[in-house]
Amino acid sequence: MADAETQREAVLDALDNVAERLAEEKEYLTDLDSAIGDADHGANMERGFGKAADKRDEFAEMEPNEVVKNVGTTLISNVGGASGPLYGGSIMFASQELEGGITAETSVAFAEAYLDKVKDRGGAQVGAKTMVDALVPAVHTYKKSIEQDDLPPLEALAKAVDAAERGVAFTVPIKAMKGRASFLDWRSVGHQDPGATSTLFILEELLETAEEYLDGEVDRDARAEDAVGRAE
Amino acid sequence: MIGLVVVSHSAKAAEGIAEVAAQMGGGNARIVPAGGDEDGIGTSPDRIREGIEEADDGDGVVVLVDLGSAVMNAELAIEMATDSEAVIADAPILEGTLNAAVETTSKKATLDSVVERAEDARDYRKLN
Repeated sequence: MADAETQREAVLDALDNVAERLAEEKEYLTDLDSAIGDADHGANMERGFGKAADKRDEFAEMEPNEVVKNVGTTLISNVGGASGPLYGGSIMFASQELEGGITAETSVAFAEAYLDKVKDRGGAQVGAKTMVDALVPAVHTYKKSIEQDDLPPLEALAKAVDAAERGVAFTVPIKAMKGRASFLDWRSVGHQDPGATSTLFILEELLETAEEYLDGEVDRDARAEDAVGRAE
Repeated sequence: MIGLVVVSHSAKAAEGIAEVAAQMGGGNARIVPAGGDEDGIGTSPDRIREGIEEADDGDGVVVLVDLGSAVMNAELAIEMATDSEAVIADAPILEGTLNAAVETTSKKATLDSVVERAEDARDYRKLN
């Protein structure tokens, strides 16, 4: 695996890519959230990851896991609402799995810890129309691809992104059981969940960054076209 | 004395609840409002953590919350406030805070007894 310096660069680049993507998708996420929530998800995510990306110089001397942890605490202070603890708190908690550096093995542990914290904190299971619907298939697919199928991390991540896409699509035809959208009851059916969608965007940017750092091309044709369920 | 932190999406609601409860506690209770966030309506883990640290004189803190993200941000704030022992009461925020304020002024009050008194408020009925 790459040395600590390269790992830190990869983390910082991933952070930049995620921040940039969420800024681009701000309006789209806000539109999704205005249908079934309080219309602030786009602005919240842009602000949180933007603030974290602004700290690039501050993060320049840290160990990779410390950078990840500080991204979490920055999100906690700047995202707001339930997304602060769900995204930021979970990243902060899961960062301890990366203490020994970022390897295929520790990345699986990180993904699992992140998922566990999100589920524990938010109390949502699959099928509640939340970010968990994208995360569970992504994390399960990633873990299985690495641990059982011995796939290279890049290929495992590509499969995880594909699984997340299908998870996002799954949020459309189901009724919200958690969060503010659940107050809408049956009216939430037919709308795509903003949290699952931003989770997919983050994963897509992690894949994008991993492609730059890990050898090997991903067979993009094997994946579904772009983000599913995007407003036509 | 056990401290109380009142976490509402509205800073005004948190202040108002703390004000009413302070009167019930005979003016002796340690009640810190921690409502709203930087944008107005919302909850902030940093504000709640500061509230916990302010309310804690070493005996611990009970946190009263309203809905949704208030619960998650209070949990997160408790994890961040590593020097304070703090717990969330699963109680209606106004009635729970009043009950808790009365209990904290009792000489025998413990974290458990304050939480229990706050949670008694779950069963209150207003019309007979």
